[in-house]
Amino acid sequence: MNNHAIATTAGADSKLAAPTRLSLTWYRLKKKLRTPTPYLMVLGLTLWMVTWWLFSEVWKLPRFEKMPGPVVLLKDWLASEPFYGISFFTEIYYEHIWISTRRILIAFAIATGLGVPLGLFMGWSKKFKDYAFPILETLRPIPILAWVPLAILMFKGFEAPVIFLATLASLYVTTLNTLLGVESIDESYFRAAGCLGSKPRHVFFHIVVPGALPFIFTGLQISVGVAWFSLVAAEMVSGDYGLGYLIMQSYVNSVTVPLVIGMVTLGFVGWFTSALVRRAGNLMMQWRVRALALEGR
Amino acid sequence: MTQQAAAKMQDMSAQVHTARTTKGALSIRNVTKIYDPEGVNILAVDSCSMEVAPGEFCMIVGPSGCGKTTLLNAIAGFHSITSGEIFLDRKLLCGPGKPTAAQGADRIVVFQNGALFPWKTLAQNVAYGPMVQGVLSKRDALDKAHEMLAEAGLGEFGGKYPGEVSSGMARRAEIVRALINNPKVLLLDEPYRAMDGLTKSIMHEALLEVYDRTKVTIFFITHDLEEAIFLGDRVYVLTTRPCRLKKVVNVDIPRPRNYEVLSSEQFRLLVEETNDAVHEEAIKAFRLGERELA
Repeated sequence: MNNHAIATTAGADSKLAAPTRLSLTWYRLKKKLRTPTPYLMVLGLTLWMVTWWLFSEVWKLPRFEKMPGPVVLLKDWLASEPFYGISFFTEIYYEHIWISTRRILIAFAIATGLGVPLGLFMGWSKKFKDYAFPILETLRPIPILAWVPLAILMFKGFEAPVIFLATLASLYVTTLNTLLGVESIDESYFRAAGCLGSKPRHVFFHIVVPGALPFIFTGLQISVGVAWFSLVAAEMVSGDYGLGYLIMQSYVNSVTVPLVIGMVTLGFVGWFTSALVRRAGNLMMQWRVRALALEGR
Repeated sequence: MTQQAAAKMQDMSAQVHTARTTKGALSIRNVTKIYDPEGVNILAVDSCSMEVAPGEFCMIVGPSGCGKTTLLNAIAGFHSITSGEIFLDRKLLCGPGKPTAAQGADRIVVFQNGALFPWKTLAQNVAYGPMVQGVLSKRDALDKAHEMLAEAGLGEFGGKYPGEVSSGMARRAEIVRALINNPKVLLLDEPYRAMDGLTKSIMHEALLEVYDRTKVTIFFITHDLEEAIFLGDRVYVLTTRPCRLKKVVNVDIPRPRNYEVLSSEQFRLLVEETNDAVHEEAIKAFRLGERELA
């Protein structure tokens, strides 16, 4: 029959164009270098740095005279014996980064471990949603900063309240996005699963969980950002180490260079954690990555 | 693979391959469905009756929104009916005291927009049914899935995700996913609606080939009259809402059929015979101008 012929030719074509992983990466890199994107990125960054430098160090414009310029900042950041005590070569710099990162890892793990199942169950069972959703929706608008005093009273030490606040912030985001993820699943998948003889647990593991994954990972990317946000806020109020503490301590001591080093470091570390989450999502959702790739995205 | 499982698989494929005409008698008796989305009763189906013989390729034709899908949903167990009865092989699916039929693998739906699970490969999709029903182990189900995909000319695509293949390939895989369960009835809800004419013709031939091989009862909804006559044994023309049976046309074009049928005198006469009835209802539906109900 005709159909078989069609199938085999199409199959042969796809075999012909099966590249290795390395050659594919190289090909994509070359292709990218032919587009304006990387050059525009470099140009944009340079323009931004030059503007900053002119405003704060050359012209010393009002409002900018207190801000350390890029030259001063980089000089100290890269110095082996920094004037303000924080640079790539000091142990304390990595200690601040590591302590904040560890708090984020713990908070993010707890929030994901609780939030994803919570959202999945809420989406899966109407009854459970009826119980839990009003509570979530009342607690969620309370700003995390409003929790700070209570958190300090509730938990002993520096570590627990900070982690609690970061967890709380990211828990809401994760739960809500997971719930939306389940609700976004097309009804026909549930119907198809029913037709094919699924029991409820099959529907949960084969439809609800994978179907909600795209939303879950969008939520996790936001949630890791929110966790950083509330972590730094909490470290500013209560803490002994961490990037938020570094920023606040520099402010108290009126030294602006470590303050801005802390800020820029937060930017990079936050970007890195979001990228990690995105990467994990892509690994778990090959079906989506491949389909999007065919659409040229 | 264990010997027992192999025997089971052979048994299954034997059932699929032998033409069987004893299973899949669908009997729809005085089925009425009233929707009340906003407290206002809408009569969607009004005491509709039809008898579908075992192994019949039955085509349901009617204007958009006439209640064809309501009937299909009632058979599949997605929705309740208000009164009447539906039997499958003399067993009550739904009726008085049991408004919604239990969903089961004896009636499998192929959806209008396709419902292959996008997070499973074609082979995993096909293997899903026997796996969750506990008929086959995961490995045996996958072996069987690859085998059946190959039979349908999709052998190369077993490892692909639905998002990576054409809609035509996906739809064929979806039919294979249904057939692996050895269903009594295949319920198709305008499966080729969104396809271009060329793809559609290939899909038609593939479906006819499947039907000739399995002789499974097919309940096929469409509003394309030519498609209905080309594929079906009988064409049931339904009225616009409320849905009733308007006309039944027996299509006695011999099988196996191919595309030459379309240019035959017999085909032309059948279209002519049916066209007036369909057109009349289409005009009525257009005048109603209401949105389709789910």
